[in-house]
Amino acid sequence: MMGNEEADDLHESREEMESLVLDEPSNGRSSASATVPDHHDPLLSSSSSSFSDRHNPNSSLNAFLDPPSYAEAIFTSFDPSSNGHETPQLSSNSNPRSSDYLYISISDPQKEQELSNSLVPGGTTFYTYLITTRTNLLEFGGPGSEFSVRRRFKDVVTLSDRLSESYRGFFIPLRPDKSVVESQVMAKQEFLEQRRASLEKYLRSLAAHPVIRRSEELRLFLEVKGKLPLAKSIDVASRVLDGAARLPRQLLGEEGMDVNAKGGRDLLRLFKELRQSMSTDWGGVKPLVVEEDKGFLERKERLAEFEQQLSNMSLQAESLVKAQQDIGETMGELGLAFVKLTKFETEEVLFESQNARAADMKNVATAAVKASRLYRELNAQTVKHLDKLHDYLGIFLAVGNAFSDRSSALLTVQTLSSELATLHARIEKLEAASSKIFGGDRSRMRKIEELKESIRVTEEAKTCAEREYEQIKENNRSELERLDKERHDDFMSMLRGFVVNQAGYAEKMANVWEKLAEETSGYAKDGS
Amino acid sequence: MIATQRSVSGSSQSPRSPSSQPYLSVSVTDPVKLGNGVQAYISYRVITKTNLPEYQGPEKIVIRRYSDFVWLRDRLFEKYKGIFIPPLPEKSAVEKFRFSAEFIEMRRQALDIFVNRIASHHELQQSEDLRTFLQADEEDVQSKVSDVVLGKEKPVEESNPEYEKLKHYIFELENHLAEAQKHAYRLVKRHRELGQSLSDFGKAVKLLGACEGNSLGKAFSELGTKSETLSVKLQKEAHQLLMNFEEPLKDYVRAVQSIKATIAERANAFRRQCELAETTKLKEINLNKLTLMRSDKVGEAEIEYQELKAESEEATRMFEMIVRLMNEEIVRFQEQKTLDMGIAFHEFAKGQARLANGIANAWRSLIPKLEACSSSS
Repeated sequence: MMGNEEADDLHESREEMESLVLDEPSNGRSSASATVPDHHDPLLSSSSSSFSDRHNPNSSLNAFLDPPSYAEAIFTSFDPSSNGHETPQLSSNSNPRSSDYLYISISDPQKEQELSNSLVPGGTTFYTYLITTRTNLLEFGGPGSEFSVRRRFKDVVTLSDRLSESYRGFFIPLRPDKSVVESQVMAKQEFLEQRRASLEKYLRSLAAHPVIRRSEELRLFLEVKGKLPLAKSIDVASRVLDGAARLPRQLLGEEGMDVNAKGGRDLLRLFKELRQSMSTDWGGVKPLVVEEDKGFLERKERLAEFEQQLSNMSLQAESLVKAQQDIGETMGELGLAFVKLTKFETEEVLFESQNARAADMKNVATAAVKASRLYRELNAQTVKHLDKLHDYLGIFLAVGNAFSDRSSALLTVQTLSSELATLHARIEKLEAASSKIFGGDRSRMRKIEELKESIRVTEEAKTCAEREYEQIKENNRSELERLDKERHDDFMSMLRGFVVNQAGYAEKMANVWEKLAEETSGYAKDGS
Repeated sequence: MIATQRSVSGSSQSPRSPSSQPYLSVSVTDPVKLGNGVQAYISYRVITKTNLPEYQGPEKIVIRRYSDFVWLRDRLFEKYKGIFIPPLPEKSAVEKFRFSAEFIEMRRQALDIFVNRIASHHELQQSEDLRTFLQADEEDVQSKVSDVVLGKEKPVEESNPEYEKLKHYIFELENHLAEAQKHAYRLVKRHRELGQSLSDFGKAVKLLGACEGNSLGKAFSELGTKSETLSVKLQKEAHQLLMNFEEPLKDYVRAVQSIKATIAERANAFRRQCELAETTKLKEINLNKLTLMRSDKVGEAEIEYQELKAESEEATRMFEMIVRLMNEEIVRFQEQKTLDMGIAFHEFAKGQARLANGIANAWRSLIPKLEACSSSS
């Protein structure tokens, strides 16, 4: 199909039919090759990739070049069979095991007024985005559901915080930055588009995570119209002291907000006290988190090494992309210079030989401009392939968080253990002491009873914390397994895509140059 | 040597066979750095092989330096007005670059071409200065460095529309060529830069592969190695591009600049001719006046008038010769350039095709290896 479309968000590349109008002196518009009027010179257009050309040639110069043919069309170097995890931007975000899909798209940023803020005249404004979901997951109401909600960025922050609390130990994708500076500095439209795109990518990566996609938090976020029914956080104490998020409901009541039960209040008090004792301890000896799992430690180290090399490779990849861009641009400039020369040699013919030279230069110009376009397309694809590196750097940040969850949980267990030991020691001391003071017994007995109660509560807390810790360890393990497999698949696919891309475009360029070599073969010595 | 030159003159050409046909073959070889510090310079061996009677013998070797070539060029420029003297490579301004192997080789080649073009030009090859240059022992050659002033277009009063068109063409041509050459040079640099970044990329990929033990690691390491291989190809091609594409373009630019110098000469000659014609006319009028007045200054005036008239005729002849030669030369020049550039374009195309095919093959060969890695995981 012919059109003037540029490669868009989809990884599949479209044909870039930027045709140049052929205006030979002998024939008029050539109708044999169906040319579409040129709306922008290939060296002028801004592609959807982040590189823009700096040229501004006279479009009448296009008249000297032949339009590109079908044979030079872009091909796709992306695996159509790649799994959903690799390409979160793919329209069908499907789990390879079943046919479940959860497709999210974000659009239509709109300005809204903040109602409650009455200090500022006119109120403050913020932007909301329309989030549309299409899914057949059962949690969302069965096959073929489609629904939309409006959310603002703050809501996304809430969602992200809540997920971090609820899914400790998992590799949860990181949400986009708040970008306070950018929002002031960038042009409004540009900023909104950037934010829209990053939010979309984030939500899609959540939808791609096998566990997170089924979370209640995500469902509420995507489905419930109106105000987001998620509190900013469960409670302060549990945010500081890990492990409280998954406390049995009978202790904490509903979703963390209702703390009627006495046991729940006691626990909260306990954790608050623990928090205080912990913070005062920072000044003294910091409790050591002793990770006993050697296997885990080894894995962690290897991952750290991988991450570092990945970061380095990502840097070099950026350089490579820049170098490819540069050579493409220079080739284009060279082509343009020859276009001008061709025009010059045909404008006023004083000598016979000019015609031959003009013809030669036109061929060179054509080849150079074609090569320049090919470089540009090659690079746009390269960027998309190597983007995976950046994605993984993000994933490693999520891994870091998950490992932190683990050490925090372990710290809690160990802290509670030592607290228990302290309590037991105090009881022992009290029980051993005989009462010499009249009436002292009663207060001593009362103290012992209080301590025993504390021990009971603490033991329960410790059991909870241990359960939490084990859960997190398991989450870490299953996630690491998932990461290893996906990492392997993703990188293999990335490498393959990169190589196929390079080979394909190199072949196209070879064709362009071979054609020019043939056209100039008359000048070759010894018929080389 | 005439046989291997790209710019073989279309006009009378001495064939290579040494026996009966007259031939003059020159080569500039063996650049050697002499002198110390600021005084350092490069000397070349200039080997002349000939059977022409005007020359001292079948073979002569002399040592010359760049400023000697400049001297030759200046002498020819003085004596053969109207003829396009082949251009010289420029003096390099950058100190560091002056003794780089690449620069020396490029200059040697350009000087070789320079001398051979002179030797194969039917007029210039008969120059006595050429003979001096090729044969005189070192002490005899006067090394005089003089820069030919290629000025902006001096106001010319020739009202010849054809000639105006030609001048405009030449001046515009220089601009366009210079731009093309500038981009060609940049393209060389880009090739080098891409090569460098491919090399760095390859190293980084290999390091990443070393972290992985399994098939993925192997895949990375294969890719990294390939990347480094391609880096080498790119560096090679950069060099080819410089020699076979950028340099001919630069040469073309220099040639056009040389024509501009001739244009300036023609303008001078024209002006001189006009001035003399004017003065002669005045003298004639004066003479007639004196004759009518029967002045005793008539004799003197007559002599002066005759002298002036001769000079004027000489100037006219000179101008006409320049015009004639120029017209011949320009046709020859144009045809020569078409040939030169055609070859350069062909080499450019071949080089790029070679590079692209090399790259394609290298990456293609990697694909089955990658498939093997992924299936064996």
